[in-house]
Amino acid sequence: MTNTWTDIGNADLVLVMGGNAAEAHPCGFRWVTEAKSENKARLIVVDPRFTRTASVADYYAPIRTGTDIAFLGGLINYLIDNDKIQHEYVRNYTDVSFIVSEGFSFEDGLFSGYDAEKRTYTDKSGWTYELGEDGYAKVDPTLQHPRCVFQLMKQHYSRYTPELASQICGTPVDRMLKIWEEIATCSTPGKTMTILYALGWTQHSIGAQIIRTAAMVQLLLGNVGMPGGGVNALRGHSNIQGLTDLGLLSNLLPGYLTLGLDAEQDYSTYIAKRSPKPLRPGQMSYWQNYGKFHVSLMKAWYGPAAQAENDWCFDYLPKLEYGGAGYDVLRMFDMMSRDEVNGYFCQGFNPLAALPDKNRVVKSLARLKWLVVMDPLQTETSEFWRNHDEFNDVDTASIQTEVFSLPTTCFAEEDGSLVNSTRWLQWHWKAADGPGESRPDIWIMSGLHTRLRELYRTEGGVFPEPILNLHWPYKVAHEPSAEELAKEFNGYAVTEVTDANGNLVARPGQQLGAFSQLKDDGSTASGCWIFCGSWTEQGNLMARRDNSDPYHMKQHQNWAFAWPANRRILYNRASADPQGKPWSERKKLVWWDANAKGWTGTDVPDYNASIDPEAGMNPFIMNPEGVARFFAVDKMAEGPFPEHYEPFETPIGVNPMHPKNRKVISSPAARVFDSVWESLGTADEFPYAGTTYRLTEHFHYWTKHCKLNAIAQPEQFVEIGEVLAREKGIAAGDRVRVSSKRGHIEAVAVVTKRIRPLQVNGQVVHQVGIPLHWGFTGVAKPGYIANTLVPYIGDGNTQTPESKSFLVNVEKV
Amino acid sequence: MATQDIIARSATTTPAPSIRQVEEVAKLIDVSKCIGCKACQVACSEWNELRDEVGSNHGTYDNPIDLTADSWTVMRFTEHEKDDGDLEWLIRKDGCMHCADPGCLKACPSPGAIVQYANGIVDFNQDKCIGCGYCVTGCPFNVPRISQDDKKAYKCTLCSDRVSVGMEPACVKTCPTSAIVFGSKDDMQRHADERIADLKSRGYEHAGLYDPDGVGGTHVMYVLHHADKPSLYAGLPDQPVISPMVSLWKGITKPLALLAMGAAVLGGFFHYVRVGPQRVEEEQDEPTVEPAAHQQDPAVQTYDPKQP
Repeated sequence: MTNTWTDIGNADLVLVMGGNAAEAHPCGFRWVTEAKSENKARLIVVDPRFTRTASVADYYAPIRTGTDIAFLGGLINYLIDNDKIQHEYVRNYTDVSFIVSEGFSFEDGLFSGYDAEKRTYTDKSGWTYELGEDGYAKVDPTLQHPRCVFQLMKQHYSRYTPELASQICGTPVDRMLKIWEEIATCSTPGKTMTILYALGWTQHSIGAQIIRTAAMVQLLLGNVGMPGGGVNALRGHSNIQGLTDLGLLSNLLPGYLTLGLDAEQDYSTYIAKRSPKPLRPGQMSYWQNYGKFHVSLMKAWYGPAAQAENDWCFDYLPKLEYGGAGYDVLRMFDMMSRDEVNGYFCQGFNPLAALPDKNRVVKSLARLKWLVVMDPLQTETSEFWRNHDEFNDVDTASIQTEVFSLPTTCFAEEDGSLVNSTRWLQWHWKAADGPGESRPDIWIMSGLHTRLRELYRTEGGVFPEPILNLHWPYKVAHEPSAEELAKEFNGYAVTEVTDANGNLVARPGQQLGAFSQLKDDGSTASGCWIFCGSWTEQGNLMARRDNSDPYHMKQHQNWAFAWPANRRILYNRASADPQGKPWSERKKLVWWDANAKGWTGTDVPDYNASIDPEAGMNPFIMNPEGVARFFAVDKMAEGPFPEHYEPFETPIGVNPMHPKNRKVISSPAARVFDSVWESLGTADEFPYAGTTYRLTEHFHYWTKHCKLNAIAQPEQFVEIGEVLAREKGIAAGDRVRVSSKRGHIEAVAVVTKRIRPLQVNGQVVHQVGIPLHWGFTGVAKPGYIANTLVPYIGDGNTQTPESKSFLVNVEKV
Repeated sequence: MATQDIIARSATTTPAPSIRQVEEVAKLIDVSKCIGCKACQVACSEWNELRDEVGSNHGTYDNPIDLTADSWTVMRFTEHEKDDGDLEWLIRKDGCMHCADPGCLKACPSPGAIVQYANGIVDFNQDKCIGCGYCVTGCPFNVPRISQDDKKAYKCTLCSDRVSVGMEPACVKTCPTSAIVFGSKDDMQRHADERIADLKSRGYEHAGLYDPDGVGGTHVMYVLHHADKPSLYAGLPDQPVISPMVSLWKGITKPLALLAMGAAVLGGFFHYVRVGPQRVEEEQDEPTVEPAAHQQDPAVQTYDPKQP
């Protein structure tokens, strides 16, 4: 989230789209309820189904799954056309005035530089700004230049007329316009809308671009960096933010640093590429400090072994094949299926249930030599080899994989921290011992490491240095404590640390206070630079539980620790005008105090706290431009402007934005493994648009192991609209079979008014809802793995599976 | 809450103590804030250590499908299509209403099996329960349920154990959106007023408080979007009253029956005294003809002084 959970209470308008906030985050949803009852806020929900969030909303509109770019693109067009944008904010804080290179073009659904064979944009050289002699991007503050971002954006979205948007989304035009009209009122300074989204936006082959479109809307309205505004991802797990923060995705390092590609063998080039210089005068471009974060990380990992002479052990780091995607989970299981993976550690993860195309996943797992499952529960993955009748119809005798189940403790049985959606690191203490033989994950992994290290030491092996030289200073080698690790993530002084003026900042061994103290000379170590400040010489700030709100702005500076640097609302400089005065007294956040010659406010300024507004430094300090981007330069796989593409399994078989170009029906830049093409179905066999989602009574595949949750939702069901049910002769409570090209499930039919047929591109589209919580282990009624139905395709940037849009057929059993 | 706070006991005519003055409490359920998450169902089961059966899906989100002796509160989901075509999903937390004039208590034949406290809570004392099921019939809301295990009646206790030590009920504590709030009945009515004003400002003209007179008011109240049509919410009774059968059965029937029994006893006594004990009479319709020894001459007239 750019903002915070509590800050949602400051919103005037809450848009829940691409997510079901009340269902998936009932506790966080309290803040929406507060916004409504205390702030007279209104709640709008746009969703394929009338959800539990919609049940408490002021207005609801249906939308066809996967068409959010058409809706939001239409909204961008509406805002620009009706001049409902926050002019001063947009002119000063975004890239609307930047002039784009002549090499950039968009035609027939494709941007410049596309290689159809490779299904990639191999030449993104046109996706850039025109640079002046001074190396800075050229700008036209009058916004008249035909190639300035504003004009290009206006042109791009002028194609998303209300009629065309409605044709694609299936949302009735009048409902669409009513919502757009209400959203447009939030362009007034001081009136803010917050957008709450989740996997309804991420789980698409164009998911990242959907979210970008929403960010563009918020920028036009001047809502980013404002109380009650922002672009807010409601994350799907209590510590998933922690997972991405610590770089546990295969292409990341902690703190959103990135692993090098195979082609990046030279250390200084690697660092330079990640440390962009400012593209406009006076801008901060904070990633210029990348090297300091990287070196401090290497010192934390390799300790004394990492020195300037060996480029801080750069050669120890793996380099990615397959471009930036690396070894995402879809890639891994594809490699598994081709015998390229010997063994797999499955830690707190249930891929058999969670990944798309369950039948494919079973086949992949069966090719492993060994599988280690570390989990508190007996997951489907750990039982993939056992025949569970129709729910897991495998031939056990033919599976040669050796499976080890190591029971682990749960969060309440360990000390540690969780990082939530709003970037708060909250410490928790062990409440009870784990049952039976369960052991903490740290104990298991550390035990493995110390044993492997010993084996490498005594028996040798191929390239043992990264293991032998891993810095392991913990008191108990096979069980580092959570505290030791937390302190390491924060960072400490390796040798004496001084500031720019030579003053002593920290003695060797002392905890550092802020990531601004990190150096690239080996004097500092930090396991995760964004966590710096969470455990300082003052102690464990993550353990703070002071909920005072002195400014009555729902800002709780002393509750736990927020990264970065305890900033609660990101880009908060944008809440004040170029002179440093808040856009609205009602929505004060940070402002320039001329007397004290500093920035102050209810939050830690996300900015250089002592720089005068006259200097013209802009709020988006991580970007080399200093301003927010409508034009994403070369950062996105599909193009600098979001464009609507159909899901890979589309009920209408055409992209209404480009009805004549069959190459751009679906995303031209999404990765599709060769073997996946034949697993895709078409509308003549599978006419209905299926989508998967969660129920509030369950968490994924965990809580079916818990009796109380099972009582609240005991049995697998699918949701079918009344009209479709009548057509098929299905009554509520009947058993139905839902099938896709990849397999089928059977479930009870819930027949509902909450899913209505949509008019899409001149035909009727029915949507079928498929909750995912059942499987063949647990105390709930056994069920099929819902992801059997989902295609094995991911987003072009993140590889997140397209679990939300695919084609199915439904029959009464 | 102590025995001094009991103001009514089932099947008992002994007057209630009146020394202690206790504030009436109420649980307010704002249906417009409820997201149907069932946390209240789970919290109730956890606090009271109940584990119902893992049932089946009957084609709705209602799980369990009905109240049971092990599920003292359930969410009931109703899809309501308005006249303008818009949809509403009305989600109501069902459970004991803790009536001021409780039908269950009136109907219960077992002395002290059901008690009503001065604060409004109506509680079952299962040790005195005979499992007759009259409370189920007597309840205008069809709430109590007889357990298959111990044949006792069970329902929501309004967490009388928690309330008696100054804590809020478990469902109140857990509700993530504070759709369920708890406090004095006065405070809850005041809070409801604010909520109703908010709902009206959002276009719900008939928003109101459900605190039905027909049972003397209740200590579980609802804020409804459509207070003019409570039955929209999965059959919440529009005008709940205790079935006249209960009034009849526990009312006039008992004294009438006693009267009838007393009259029968008196009648029997008087009959015995006046008519005498029942004797087996000789057959009158056929004169018995004795053999030759006592043959009477029909010409001889006999005089019966009793005959008029």
